[in-house]
Amino acid sequence: MPWSREDMAARAARELKDGFYVNLGIGIPTLVANYIAPGMKVVLQSENGMLGIGPFPYEGEEDPDLINAGKETVSELASSAYFSSADSFAMIRGGHIDMAVLGAMEVSENGDLANWMVPGKMVKGMGGAMDLVAGVKRVVVVMEHTSKNGEPKFKPHCELPLTGTNVVDMVITDLAVFSRASRKDPFKLTEIAPGTTAGEIRSKTPAHYLG
Amino acid sequence: MTSSSKVYPDAERALSGILRDGITLCCGGFGLCGVPDKLIAALHASGVRDLTVVSNNAGTDDAGLGLLLKSRQIRKMISSYVGENKEFERQYLAGELELEFNPQGTLAERVRAGGAGIYAFFTKTGAGTLVAEGKETRVVNGETYIMETGIVADVSLVKAWKGDTEGNLVYRKTARNFNPNMATAGSITVAEVEELVEPGALHPDAIHTPGIYVHRIINGSPYHKKIEKRTVRKRMEGSDAVVS
Repeated sequence: MPWSREDMAARAARELKDGFYVNLGIGIPTLVANYIAPGMKVVLQSENGMLGIGPFPYEGEEDPDLINAGKETVSELASSAYFSSADSFAMIRGGHIDMAVLGAMEVSENGDLANWMVPGKMVKGMGGAMDLVAGVKRVVVVMEHTSKNGEPKFKPHCELPLTGTNVVDMVITDLAVFSRASRKDPFKLTEIAPGTTAGEIRSKTPAHYLG
Repeated sequence: MTSSSKVYPDAERALSGILRDGITLCCGGFGLCGVPDKLIAALHASGVRDLTVVSNNAGTDDAGLGLLLKSRQIRKMISSYVGENKEFERQYLAGELELEFNPQGTLAERVRAGGAGIYAFFTKTGAGTLVAEGKETRVVNGETYIMETGIVADVSLVKAWKGDTEGNLVYRKTARNFNPNMATAGSITVAEVEELVEPGALHPDAIHTPGIYVHRIINGSPYHKKIEKRTVRKRMEGSDAVVS
């Protein structure tokens, strides 16, 4: 049985370490916050200028001046800090954020990421994705193994316009986990979802990886 | 009010004499948060056209910069994300609107640099992507950097929480976002605030934007702030899970 969105988020959460400053993308990456191990201190950063994102506010306590990068209302913690967009991206670009979890349309075998644009479709913009992959120390991608049409998403080369080149350290899909020790190393298949076989993953993964 | 006062009675008068067709405008805000709505409404009413607007987002169909898009006053947008606006999409696909996408951090830094007198800088962001096309690159220690230029504007519009009559500004929570950066990039910066106070009411150590950057200021109250995506948790759950 393939991993659910929740399973994938929980798997990504296991990459967190105590004291990490982390940026979570929109979609499945956002769910990672629900799986931070009890007792572990992780500070969530939001591109729009906040460190220490708290939970969704209680009903009636929503504050239009307090939102995350997905424009959802959030709350603040005793330890929260606010800052400008330029400061926010100084943190991101300057290598001060330990880890980012992002979604993807395609990842290539050398760690290129495509997650912002499909030619011919209306492009909404890259937002902060290019800055995140350029500056965050470790980038974990969470995505379905294949597209809605069954096309593989982990490929020899990305066909879609890139978000960054050689920027992905780990790929978590609904079928498998691929990781690599450094950005000079190839990806290795390290985990397989229950009910899936290495052969099935091979057949759905045109990217080169170490088995 | 002395002749050198920065205080204007309303948004319309705060923009008088500084608007011309074809000018470049920097505008603070992220989504619908911290957007100078009163000044945008006055800009809308002024009828000024062919604007180039530098703003992270383009508002929604009926809020923020969406107003100026609807009335076709914007010729070009420089933004990082414009996903929430159908009219934007229609004008763009019809070729009526020019659009330059910048990575969000590059946009913030271009504005910061422009306001700080930095002509250009080199950044890793966007190297090897469409964003790098046509731009000068440098390879330093094996990493590729692309050159991005600073942005300055004829007029910057910002929204703050509190401001004093000298133009010192304090923002509130994530409504700060691009506002302090945009404030530095305008030849003339106009601020709207929820509360306009006398000098001394804001602690000098707590000022986010020093008044030197702010040329005109209005009290824009009352405000009816909008929420783009209302997300809440039930009080009964008792969960302290951190959900962003």
